[in-house]
Amino acid sequence: MLDPIRLAAMARKEWIQLRRDARSMALAFVLPLLLLLFFGYAITWDVRDIRLAVHDADGGADARDLIQAFESSGYFRVVSRLDRSADADRELEAGRALAVMAIPPDFGERLRAGEPAPVQLLLDGSDANTATIALGYADAIASRFGQQVVLRGVRIDPPVEVASRVWYNPELRSRNMIVPGLVAVIMSIIAAMLTALTIAREWERGTMEQLAATPVHRLEVVLGKLVPYLGIGFVDVAVAVAAGVFIFDVPLRGNLLLLAAMTLLFLIGALGLGMFISAAMRSQVLATQVAMIATYLPALLLSGFLFDIASMPVVLKAATAIVPARYYITVTRGIFLKGVGVEALWAQGLAMIVFAAAGLGLAAATFRKRIAP
Amino acid sequence: MTVAVEVRDLTRRFGTFTAVDAVSFTVERGSIFGFLGPNGAGKTTTIKMLSGLLRPTAGRALVAGLDVAAEPSRVRERIGYMSQRFSLYADLAVEENIRLFAGLYGVAGPRFAARRDWVLTMAGLTGREAEYAGDLPLGFKQRLALGCAVLHEPPLLFLDEPTSGVDPVARRAFWDLIDGLAQAGTTVLVSTHYLEEAEFCHRLILMNRGRLIAEGDPPGVRRLMREPIWAFLPDDAPRAVEALRREPAVLEAAMFGRAVHAVLKPEADAERAVPAALGAAGIGFRDLARIEPSLEDVFVALVRREGGAVVD
Repeated sequence: MLDPIRLAAMARKEWIQLRRDARSMALAFVLPLLLLLFFGYAITWDVRDIRLAVHDADGGADARDLIQAFESSGYFRVVSRLDRSADADRELEAGRALAVMAIPPDFGERLRAGEPAPVQLLLDGSDANTATIALGYADAIASRFGQQVVLRGVRIDPPVEVASRVWYNPELRSRNMIVPGLVAVIMSIIAAMLTALTIAREWERGTMEQLAATPVHRLEVVLGKLVPYLGIGFVDVAVAVAAGVFIFDVPLRGNLLLLAAMTLLFLIGALGLGMFISAAMRSQVLATQVAMIATYLPALLLSGFLFDIASMPVVLKAATAIVPARYYITVTRGIFLKGVGVEALWAQGLAMIVFAAAGLGLAAATFRKRIAP
Repeated sequence: MTVAVEVRDLTRRFGTFTAVDAVSFTVERGSIFGFLGPNGAGKTTTIKMLSGLLRPTAGRALVAGLDVAAEPSRVRERIGYMSQRFSLYADLAVEENIRLFAGLYGVAGPRFAARRDWVLTMAGLTGREAEYAGDLPLGFKQRLALGCAVLHEPPLLFLDEPTSGVDPVARRAFWDLIDGLAQAGTTVLVSTHYLEEAEFCHRLILMNRGRLIAEGDPPGVRRLMREPIWAFLPDDAPRAVEALRREPAVLEAAMFGRAVHAVLKPEADAERAVPAALGAAGIGFRDLARIEPSLEDVFVALVRREGGAVVD
């Protein structure tokens, strides 16, 4: 039923047109890299250099050691020293400090006596995320400091020790999470935007009528148009993966062939979605906007890229099932960071096969209806 | 006569609007068959239904022996279609357009080279293969579009107002091409709102408001007008028209340059009524004579006889 000559003629024509259209070329090759660099540098969940104000009522060597421990951790930076504990409010309100540490006058004395020596930490909770992370760091620094004091030989009954190790991303660099996810988010948007133009353009320029008068089958049109965009999508993903490894220093532990196969499935679905929108809207402007809305927000918010799907409300969690980027993100993160294979990703692969079939089917079905209503 | 196209009660409605209303006709193989009528008469809708681009609401159309509604894709292999709007790819070069449509029509190998050369020669574009189709003058665009529509040498060719917007010289050249294709055995169905182009057709139908109002060869259609037309040269044409329009025997009077054409009731005596009306108004005239009606005259007369108005 599919004629290779007609298919090749469509693909060839689409590629020539694409090559000559500066807007499409920019969209295809410049925008993905720009987005990757922009988001790759801008988004980070690592909290560093937390502004810390200190009220040291003790003033002794132990208190200085504690402050030093906070500073040398790299997570805190002492921005001011307060004379009165009442000034703490002012510092937090003005936003000059995110945390205030108050060391009581008997801090050193208590330590040397082997008594518990409480230290007060006030946090600006208006940014709950950062405050929680800062609290975690402070806890860790303080308990380590406590252990060192203990080891210096006052009392030796070892407390329960948790030996924790982080797998896959031992330094907990958020970039390692973000960059592989970004590849999926960016390609969701770019793929749909690219093909959103293609069928609508034929309607707008009147060339669809001539095309419709030839024996070309609707599936040949859809597949023929798909081929060049698939090539572009592959180049984009390859460039993004290379940028991730060489610019952002993200480890790539898994099999590249598996990544390529999964990428193929994902791209067919995403490109097909764009073509479906294009065939349904028949206007380039409208199709671009719909493609943007249909891909951008879901890919960003419902894919697990920014927010953990497991902790979403039930309704949103269910909605994520129809976001293709969700499956591809699991794939890219899995292959990049964990080096997992088909045994771990087959379900995602199946989901993407469903999306690919649905995308192409919808595009071809919508397209037929419109030629001969 | 071998039938190339047979149409019975073909109807197309868009909502409550009936664009084509129970039209029937037969087209002989190898002939040039014209659809005439003003814009909005239903010509384009009819051609689109025959090309398989639009599904008929009712009625039946057999094209090359195939039911268009049932087998549109097989019909499309046997026809060439050229729309009234330039619908080749403006951002593709001449040769790239030819290559694309050759591919879509399955024309490949040595046959492709021969057909490409034929199109280039026919369109006068040899040596300009690398120019963008969108940059060509309109006359060349049209010939290239025609060439792309017949790359696969279809037995049937549908042309929807192919000459609209083209200057008279290029129009004449285009009709010579169509005539050549018909002589080589292609059946050509062509629509136009230039009534004088009907002279190039072997057979034609007149359409108005979606309905077929006349059918025949050009002389036969002209004979359908029973009302005589008279022409004369008055001293004062505008006042002469005014005077004639008040005369009960005169159905229609209009200026043609310095002359005036008057359509009279069939039973009226023009040689008495016209001088009487002009004399009463004190207008001098000369060269009063009966003339052959143009197709435009026929069209207007037929619409008037039906009591309808011309859509334009």
